[in-house]
Amino acid sequence: MARYILQHLSQTLLVLLIVSFLTYLLVDFLPGDPIAAMTGGEISGETYERLYYELNMDKPVLVRYFLWLKGALTGDLGMSQSYHRRVADIIAERVPVTIYLSLLAFVISVPLGIIFGIISAVKRGSAADTTVTLTANVCCCLPQFWLGILFMYVFAMKLGWLPSSGFVWPHENLGLSIKQTIMPLLCLAIGGIASITRQTRSSMLEVIRQDYIRTARSKGLKNKKVIYIHALKNALLPVITLMGLRLGGLVGGSVFVENVFVIPGMGSLLVNAITSVDIPLIQGCVLLIAVFSSVVNLITDIVYVYVDPRIKVA
Amino acid sequence: MANKHLLEIKNLVTTFRSDGKEFNAIEGVNMHVDRGEIVGIVGESGSGKSVTMLSSLQLIASPGRVAGGEVYLEGVKDNLLSFESDSEQMRQIRGGRISMIFQEPMTSLNPVLTVGYQIQENILLHKNVTPEEAKKRTIEAMKMVNIPDAETRYDYYPQQFSGGMRQRIMIAMAMAPGPDILIADEATTALDVTTQAQLLEMIRDIAKKTNTAVIMVTHNLGLVARYAERIYVMYGGHIMETSDCKQIFHNTKHPYTRALLRAIPRLDDPKDRVLIPIDGLPPVPSQRPAYCPFYARCEYRCDACKDNTDYSLRLVDDNHWSSCILTQEQLDQKAEELLHKDYGASPVRKQSSKYCLKVSDVRKYFPVYKGLLRKKVGEVKAIEDITFDLKQGETLGVVGESGCGKTTLARCIMRMYEPDEGKIIFGGKDIAHLKDKDLKPVRPKISMIFQDPFSSLDPRQSAESIVGESLLIHHLAANRAEYEQKVDELFRKVGMDPAMKDRVAHEFSGGQRQRIGIARALSSNPDLIICDEPISALDVSIQAQIINLLENIQAEMGISYIFIAHDLAVVKHISDRILVMYLGRVMEIATCDELYEHPLHPYTQALLSAIPVADPVVEEQREAVPIQGEVPSILKRPSGCPFHNRCPRATERCKQETPQLRTIEGEHQVACHLL
Amino acid sequence: MSQANVSVEPNAKALLKANKAKKRKQFFRALFSRKIVLVSAIIVMIIILVAVFAYQIMPFDPNKPAVRDRNQGPSATHLLGTDEFGRDVLSRIIIGSRVSLIVGVLAVIIACVIGTTLGMIAGYFGGFVDDVISRVAEAVRVIPQVVLAIALCAVFGGGILNMSIILGISNMTVYIRMMRSQVLSIKERDYIMAGRLQGNSSARLMLRHILPNSISPIIVTMTQQIGGTILSEAGLSFLGLGISTPTASWGTLVSGGRAYLLTNPVYSLAPGVCIALLVICLNSLGDGVRDALDPRLRGEL
Repeated sequence: MARYILQHLSQTLLVLLIVSFLTYLLVDFLPGDPIAAMTGGEISGETYERLYYELNMDKPVLVRYFLWLKGALTGDLGMSQSYHRRVADIIAERVPVTIYLSLLAFVISVPLGIIFGIISAVKRGSAADTTVTLTANVCCCLPQFWLGILFMYVFAMKLGWLPSSGFVWPHENLGLSIKQTIMPLLCLAIGGIASITRQTRSSMLEVIRQDYIRTARSKGLKNKKVIYIHALKNALLPVITLMGLRLGGLVGGSVFVENVFVIPGMGSLLVNAITSVDIPLIQGCVLLIAVFSSVVNLITDIVYVYVDPRIKVA
Repeated sequence: MANKHLLEIKNLVTTFRSDGKEFNAIEGVNMHVDRGEIVGIVGESGSGKSVTMLSSLQLIASPGRVAGGEVYLEGVKDNLLSFESDSEQMRQIRGGRISMIFQEPMTSLNPVLTVGYQIQENILLHKNVTPEEAKKRTIEAMKMVNIPDAETRYDYYPQQFSGGMRQRIMIAMAMAPGPDILIADEATTALDVTTQAQLLEMIRDIAKKTNTAVIMVTHNLGLVARYAERIYVMYGGHIMETSDCKQIFHNTKHPYTRALLRAIPRLDDPKDRVLIPIDGLPPVPSQRPAYCPFYARCEYRCDACKDNTDYSLRLVDDNHWSSCILTQEQLDQKAEELLHKDYGASPVRKQSSKYCLKVSDVRKYFPVYKGLLRKKVGEVKAIEDITFDLKQGETLGVVGESGCGKTTLARCIMRMYEPDEGKIIFGGKDIAHLKDKDLKPVRPKISMIFQDPFSSLDPRQSAESIVGESLLIHHLAANRAEYEQKVDELFRKVGMDPAMKDRVAHEFSGGQRQRIGIARALSSNPDLIICDEPISALDVSIQAQIINLLENIQAEMGISYIFIAHDLAVVKHISDRILVMYLGRVMEIATCDELYEHPLHPYTQALLSAIPVADPVVEEQREAVPIQGEVPSILKRPSGCPFHNRCPRATERCKQETPQLRTIEGEHQVACHLL
Repeated sequence: MSQANVSVEPNAKALLKANKAKKRKQFFRALFSRKIVLVSAIIVMIIILVAVFAYQIMPFDPNKPAVRDRNQGPSATHLLGTDEFGRDVLSRIIIGSRVSLIVGVLAVIIACVIGTTLGMIAGYFGGFVDDVISRVAEAVRVIPQVVLAIALCAVFGGGILNMSIILGISNMTVYIRMMRSQVLSIKERDYIMAGRLQGNSSARLMLRHILPNSISPIIVTMTQQIGGTILSEAGLSFLGLGISTPTASWGTLVSGGRAYLLTNPVYSLAPGVCIALLVICLNSLGDGVRDALDPRLRGEL
């Protein structure tokens, strides 16, 4: 067990090392002179020289990478050129907002998705199944940003029920916070519900075809028992993988929602960083998001040990 | 109605839907089972034997559907088929009174539930007992099927057991509620022969003790000859013939059963026995004729057969039914004619005294790596100390159960693997350690025929390019015309019409694919062909065609064969000498007759005894050689003699010291301390 | 004796041809047996036709500003109204279909070609090469696709070709993984061993035997990914990182219209409907192709 976790932990660390290197390399791929790009090109010779050494441009890329990595490990991700503040500080401010929204969306979408998936698999071919499957297929394809604008138009502008944008924490102003969170949350959750529904349904249908389900039926078990005891446990295993992927991806997926509803989270920060070519900030954001999703992956792997008896043996 | 029998199936019809058309998988099957008897249902794939069983329990899954018929069980007034599939009555019968064991032990148990739970569930469902009592009975059931440490293993998951153990658990599960009938649907087909023998003995003993009826569904005629008391022979969705076991084998009525018995090789065959193959292929269910389904392949057929659409069973002798409309006189007369028909003698093969291949002390270990840094933590000792030789034009049979290393050995000889040690002298040259570049001239001289005709032909290539590829690669044809001509000749040689060469693999049947595989092997004009289980994936009635083809080709071209198989009867039929392997070591080498009549190694004796002969009279006289346990995983090979932990005669020395291969007399070599 | 049982129709070649035609017919019948797939296919066809004949269909020049007609609501002349420069929204949506389709298809092709090649090399050669390719692919996969695409925007910048490259790279890992596992399983099949025994070179084995046998799931994935890629392109353009003005793209149109939601909501919402419609139809068409090619996969994702 400990061995298994250790093995996966070391794998995760290796992957993160590669990610960080790739992220750092982004800078080298940037077209033109990075300093000129960062500052807009209108700077004096001294500033240029100062930045040149500050960014260690005189050293080879590997050395620069290790210097940056050393900083990153101690929590120093450099200075943001556009915010003129430490990258680590900016990120620390933004991360909780995104995580808060993502986790809420995740908590909503998992049970709903699983329930819808089971209903549609068990009642395969029925009107309920057709409705659920069709709705899920459509919801998977709706562009999140457009959904946000649609909600904004309907609920904020036409009906006036909800504020059109902004973000406050619940402890600052509970009522406003709830009102402000509803629309972004819906946008984030709809895709998750749809994809978990689809995965649960298909993996249920897959499991129902297996030999051991025939064995269970040959024992004379009730159909319900066959489904809820023998099939469901097996069918939910692949759903766990998807849940991990969703959670890891939610942080990235919040980009659009944060943009539409003007929420100060990681997503909008990343977009700002890109549009203002703020290299240290880009690197910091990408690295952090990658760390987050690897940690989620690692947790998924560990969860598997507890729920899938096949792993203990292997 | 009053039941005469424990289970009675009347006119059962099951249909399947495919491509929008419905066709009958089984048509009007009649069958009965009495208390405590062992009934065998034999038939090839697609004959409808499993469908019959699943239908009578209403376990047929979509797109199948039970379309008609009646099923009566003693003590139940109504036709079982009149109940809903998920109804209380049907569920009580299913599992409670009639249990079933399936073919695939690896997939038939639920991987996320403990075996204890799965057995106990069945008891709680059908017996009115407390959970504690159920657990007690579960453990008893596990002990009954000889699972060691049943108390601890109660909490194990299926994946923690080997295939044989899982099948034992399936048996425990099926027997735990004390059913009246146990259906074993190819229950041992996927297992090693020695395990198979143990399990079937056990099923028989338990069934006799508890007076449970057993329905054995299998394609293996030997198994029914050994275990069944009464037999149903099925073909094309119909029962062809039924009677008690001895009658079926010794007073065979139906032409299909007769043809089958003439087509299969037997362990006790004389060396020159000619196998008479059944021509053609079994009918596809959707294109089955209205008359007798065997008509097209039947040697007894006459015009009356084609006009007759009622081929239900008719009484032909005491307690003996057959669906054939020919009278006994007609049958006798035809049989007399057939006796004089020339099937050709067994081909005369030229064996030279020159050696084609000499293998000495070949060893191949596979390293086992673990962890991120790929640290070598151990080795799988796939094969070691392999020494044998092969003359030109000779056939050496290689037999052994799973993990015995026969595939590794074959791959070493073909030089897919480089052996760690030892010599492989082929054509006067040691090829064991040649580099890829130097192997190029050797490659065309060694060919291979594979087991699975479905995975051994590239599905995207036409038959022509499969057969002709090595002609191109090795520049064996000077121009297009010669290439075409050579390919056509190869097709004819394996009994195929060259006009079919543009088709792709999936347009051929299994037997035809195997023929293409043989043509490919012949294309480079080899001196040695390694046949890796070339017939085990084929239907019984097709096997003889391929065996005869291989024999004829050898007689004609003087090629040497290494014939790998687990079916000793087939190996014995085709080989001159046999090499028995166990867990990577050679146990015994001898000529066929010598090995069959005087097996020396305890393992060979057990193996021979485990293989049933398709003749109940012979079976009765054979002595069972006891063997313990199952083949261990190659990863856990015992020290000393690898067989010592299953050998009834093992001594202390066997545990310590690995016996070397010694010549006993003539060509008989054996690796055992006891001799 | 063995020849007797194998008979063949006299006209094998013609039969073969007829067989192939029959199979194609069967494929299309299976594909369009579900109404939803048929409807999707028709809608996709219509959108493709609209994109091809954009200049013939659209009522106005999509890029020509008309100051007097700024920010109009839907009317008889401007069916979907006008934007802040007085350009006809409908015309811009029509011309925008080109961007979506071109980027969607091009990006998937780029992803497939690079990913399949890398996956094949990794799976076939194994060992160190496989380690490097697999680890890097895994690392890239850890970065959520949107984030990766956004970060790559900084390197490549916008534009149709660059968008295709960006989305191609960020979708590549799927193909690497798929091809690698395909190759690993096919490599063990007997016909590959037979091929090797006959003296095939590695390159010939890969191109003639492995590739043709592993391509169909790849093609299914491609058809299923076009929709997602179009969605990503629209997203990036919406954020202002993808296709930039004056080129019309559905994503930029949604973004451009959101300032005028109160005066002309259609400006922002209509292009979104187009994106959703195209993606939904492409996806159900992709599902249809998968089911028709391999019925065993039915019901899976």
